[in-house]
Amino acid sequence: MKDKIIKSQLVLENVSHNYGAVTVLNNLNLVVNSGEVLVLVGPSGCGKTTLLNLLSGHIKPSSGIIKREGIILTVYQQDGLFPWLTVVENISLGFSKLMNDAEREAELKELIELIHLNGFEQYYPHQLSGGMKQRVEIARVLAGDSDILLMDEPFSALDYQTRLRMRFELIRILKQKQRTVVFVTHDIEEATQLADRILVLTNRPTTISCELTIKSPRPRNHSDPSVINAITTILQEMKL
Amino acid sequence: MTETTIFRNESTKPISSKTANIFGFLLPGIVLITLLLVWSLISFTNLFPTYAFPSPLAVLKSFTEEIIAGRLLNDIVASLWRVSVGFVLSALLGIPFGLWLGQHINARRAFVPMLNFFRFLSPLAWIPFAILWFHIGDKPAIFLIFMASFFPLALATMSAVATIPNIYFSVAKDYDIKGFSLITKVVFPAVLPQIITSLRVSCGIAWVIIVAAEMVGCQDGLGYGIWEARNGLRLDAAVCYMIVIGLLGMIIDRLLNQLTKLPNIRWGYER
Ligand SMILES: Nc1ncnc2c1ncn2[C@@H]1O[C@H](COP(=O)(O)OP(=O)(O)OP(=O)(O)O)[C@@H](O)[C@H]1O
Ligand SMILES: [Mg+2]
Repeated sequence: MKDKIIKSQLVLENVSHNYGAVTVLNNLNLVVNSGEVLVLVGPSGCGKTTLLNLLSGHIKPSSGIIKREGIILTVYQQDGLFPWLTVVENISLGFSKLMNDAEREAELKELIELIHLNGFEQYYPHQLSGGMKQRVEIARVLAGDSDILLMDEPFSALDYQTRLRMRFELIRILKQKQRTVVFVTHDIEEATQLADRILVLTNRPTTISCELTIKSPRPRNHSDPSVINAITTILQEMKL
Repeated sequence: MTETTIFRNESTKPISSKTANIFGFLLPGIVLITLLLVWSLISFTNLFPTYAFPSPLAVLKSFTEEIIAGRLLNDIVASLWRVSVGFVLSALLGIPFGLWLGQHINARRAFVPMLNFFRFLSPLAWIPFAILWFHIGDKPAIFLIFMASFFPLALATMSAVATIPNIYFSVAKDYDIKGFSLITKVVFPAVLPQIITSLRVSCGIAWVIIVAAEMVGCQDGLGYGIWEARNGLRLDAAVCYMIVIGLLGMIIDRLLNQLTKLPNIRWGYER
């Protein structure tokens, strides 16, 4: 597991994507800066998941160029853990085959502590709560020597309180293990508390309607002026 | 497949409290004793002639006879052996075949109609061929067991593969699991709970078929025991064989059910 990103590049150039007759993305240009937390917000069905799948390489664009450098791993909305593997076995999926047993042991211990799941190492996912499962997912992508993390509404299946807690957990974890993050959410407050930069997307065919940069340091209180200003701007942009 | 859900809930409801435990023994016990009483009553009133309706006592007597003569144990071993061999063979071939079918759409197109055809063809229809091809002994019975369990197993495995959530394949791709290890590390464990359910179903079928198979192609075994009892008009012995067949079937199913308690399989029954 790395503590810092060594190299990461993620660039979309004139990317379009359509499913049959449905054009989802039209000539999208996007540069994800190394080390930033980029948050995408936009209406349901506008193509956020599609965009992440293009970034990760799970699907190929209909046209355009995608440049990637660095290891990319995804945190899924839910059920991304293999239910037949324990917490430790799931996290170990990310380890490189070159590591020896002692290195694995040490990293596992560090990761388990990082996500506060001591004592649950041998549990299976169905024996964990939703928040615990998402923390295991985060540990798994950190184990994988990843440079870039794609997160598709990772906390949206959780209850409100757990969601708040996970938001600050993620900030804490990213302070220790710096990564480039592309984070998709419906939750505007979540976006403004997490992001270095927020892109507001329009309805299909999707374009970027507005870009906000938030400079104030994390963790940010929800009454922080930078958070409130950003929320106001985004709500106006979405005509809500 | 519809039959794959039959056993699902049984072990998901843990009977934890003491009263539940007592009822677990008491209620079936009451039913059993009532059944025995009704049986005794009917045989006591001589509604049927004695040779056609043996009394519980006569059955108990022939039980001890069969055990002392060693026939019963010999027949149990013979039947268990045939079912085990036929069943293991069909699992060894049927499960990998199902895994392969599940991953290749064209293979499915090619094979599924044929598999369905044979699934609906009663394995007993193969009896004449079994005897002509394999003569008498273990082989025809094993062949029939194989024919009874191979097709449902392959089909159930195949449809289980089709229901694997796409996300598991995305995750596998993220962590560079591909080729043969995709099958052993993702596809197989993902369908294992469903495979075990279908093993229980097809083992039940196999246990039913063995009785019929042994009536025609064998010189021993539990099915043969019933057939011979009929020929000697010893229905008391036939009933004693029937009891053994039913009990053994229950025990085998219990044993297979233990598999569903393994922690890396348990998740499949917790949803
Ligand atoms: N595999 C697919 N085949 C055909 N159409 C698809 C496919 N995946 C997505 N779409 C369509 O593409 C559009 C964008 O879908 P996508 O899942 O990317 O949206 P989203 O922004 O992630 O939505 P949500 O916020 O609800 O998750 C939708 O209109 C959807 O119907
Ligand atoms: Mg989505």
